[in-house]
Amino acid sequence: MRSPLRLERRLEQPRWLNWAIPLLSLAAALVVGAIVLLITGKNPLDVYQRIFERGFLSVRAITGTLRTATPLAFTGLCAAAAFRLGVINIGGEGQLYVGAIGASLVGLWMGDSYPVGIVIIAMVIFGAFFGGLYATIVGVLRAQFNTNEIITSLMLNYIAAILLNYLIFNSFSYWRDPRSAGFPSGKPLEKRTYWPTFEIGGVSIPFGLLLAVAAGIFLWVLYRRSRFGFEVGIIADSPRAARYVGIRTKWTIIVVTAMSGALAGIGGSSQVGDFAHYLDAKGLQLNNFGYTGIVVAALARLNPLGALLVAVLLGGLTNAGYSLQGPDFPSGLVGTLQGLILFTAVAGEILMKYKIRPNRAARKAAVAS
Amino acid sequence: MNNSLLIVIIASAIFYGTPLFFAALGGVFTERSGVLNLGVEGMMLIGGVCGAAASQHIGGSAWFTVLASIVIGMVAGAVLASLHAFLCVTLKANQTVAGLSITIFAGAVGLSSYLANVWEVAKEPTPRPINKIDVFGLADTPILGPILFNHTILTYVSWVLVVVAMWYMFRTKIGLQLRAVGESPQTADAMGISVVKYRYLHTILGGALAGLGGVFYSLAIVPTWVDGMTKGAGWIAVALVIFGFWRPDLTLLGAYLFGALQSLGTTLKARNYDIPSEILDALPFAMTIIVLVLVSTRFAHKRIGAPAALGVPYEREER
Repeated sequence: MRSPLRLERRLEQPRWLNWAIPLLSLAAALVVGAIVLLITGKNPLDVYQRIFERGFLSVRAITGTLRTATPLAFTGLCAAAAFRLGVINIGGEGQLYVGAIGASLVGLWMGDSYPVGIVIIAMVIFGAFFGGLYATIVGVLRAQFNTNEIITSLMLNYIAAILLNYLIFNSFSYWRDPRSAGFPSGKPLEKRTYWPTFEIGGVSIPFGLLLAVAAGIFLWVLYRRSRFGFEVGIIADSPRAARYVGIRTKWTIIVVTAMSGALAGIGGSSQVGDFAHYLDAKGLQLNNFGYTGIVVAALARLNPLGALLVAVLLGGLTNAGYSLQGPDFPSGLVGTLQGLILFTAVAGEILMKYKIRPNRAARKAAVAS
Repeated sequence: MNNSLLIVIIASAIFYGTPLFFAALGGVFTERSGVLNLGVEGMMLIGGVCGAAASQHIGGSAWFTVLASIVIGMVAGAVLASLHAFLCVTLKANQTVAGLSITIFAGAVGLSSYLANVWEVAKEPTPRPINKIDVFGLADTPILGPILFNHTILTYVSWVLVVVAMWYMFRTKIGLQLRAVGESPQTADAMGISVVKYRYLHTILGGALAGLGGVFYSLAIVPTWVDGMTKGAGWIAVALVIFGFWRPDLTLLGAYLFGALQSLGTTLKARNYDIPSEILDALPFAMTIIVLVLVSTRFAHKRIGAPAALGVPYEREER
């Protein structure tokens, strides 16, 4: 038996596919999600309508959406930066935690004595440095020993979570509020260190989101317009060719992985500076920003500017999920939808490489029999 | 004597290692066919939640309920794995990202948590857990009792399974053809072996075994459903396939080593050892990285054979 459809390799990839395929993937994910909802006895149209309303249709909703989009933009850029090189760093989650640890360290330490601007810059730099350093473990192991970076980065996520719990819940560390004896929590930062927000038409935009936009533009220019980005592309396509033309493959892997971790780390800084204003061990782990970042990067087809856009889209979905959560909107639904989006985005890549044509031979055979 | 620390550690290594072994053995089958499965964690969780739900809703004798929940958990893992096979084999998608998408879709904050909420699985402990049995009344035998004669039925199944898997993989024609598909799909195809069929079947088999590992978590280890209860066991299983050099017997040993590491925290805490629990909790994850580095150094690489076509979609040359 032959299948009725046939895959035909595309000789060239038209540009419009770059946005058509993500849109198609998104639509397909919503359809499959609707089936899951129907099976579990929910009305899909009703659910989707409420997600859309709570995610995008009011000033308050958009403010919340941008708030959630901020970390997703950073973790999305983190994944996109590394995946572009073929290094599957899925450690954005842990790198974000460690970045938050670094940023809150310097924020607590410098908070009451140094000028505000310097404190904020130091928080960004420390977040990036801590996150980047943590990711460097992954990069060095991959570059030196060819150790599978997927597993190492994932294991480091678990270790970072354990470290976070240790610092706040099970020790009297510098990060823990000494007054919080009964229910341990992080030491609050000085009010003056809070990152600024910008109001446009009632929507407040966190400083971190602007940083993410700047980082996205930087990454786009780096990968599309610089020699370094060109070399990254060669290594991704053919590591052997890259070695023959004298590109320092190992060095590039380490640098890109560190940069990827630094991006997630700034996401952690922003969690401290923009929103929580202390090392929020529980809150950071609640949201799976790192893993959702992978969905962001995949749907954006690893384009940094696209990742910013997709972060807002998935931020809306996640944000709606928080505000709707209740008996008829079970937790896990948003994660399921995000997983489906990643799923269809991966499947959609086939349309980039192949055209799907009816299989004439099969049809003829069917007619003949 | 049976209460001595060493005996308890060995016994709980076998107990906690059993689900790791099931999931990792599934990974061995899948990867031997040339398909990389990073969806193990998701498949375990789906298996676990479906098994727990089944155990709450299926009546009849205790044995029947347990058996039915095991089967349902395995079927759930297999269904998810068939999606993975569809992505990787039929659509020739990037296997790494496809597997990740399975884990994110089904994982701790995804479908497994959603289903647990909708079905209200977490409300009460599983009424009919998989209990340890006292084989031939020998559970109290010194030394050997706790190690050999006091496990759940699934541990004994796993001992049979490791023998069957070795025989299947290295002594049967199908096993030979399976390895051929993973090493050189072109050659296998030319010999008339259906690459697509072998990859689908072994990916689905791998998913069923991952589901079985998940059932062990929700029905034997903690007989109550908790979202994300496997806590990375699926990923450790992925690493175990590599430590086990893609062989069922070595995978069993690796699973017990990591079972010991996973249970060490609980064991030592119960005995009031003064070690920060975080260090013990982090131990399995840190060890995974260390062992992974050791086996990926160049020295080790010459001796172990990862399937040559692992992770590479097979495309027949177009005419």
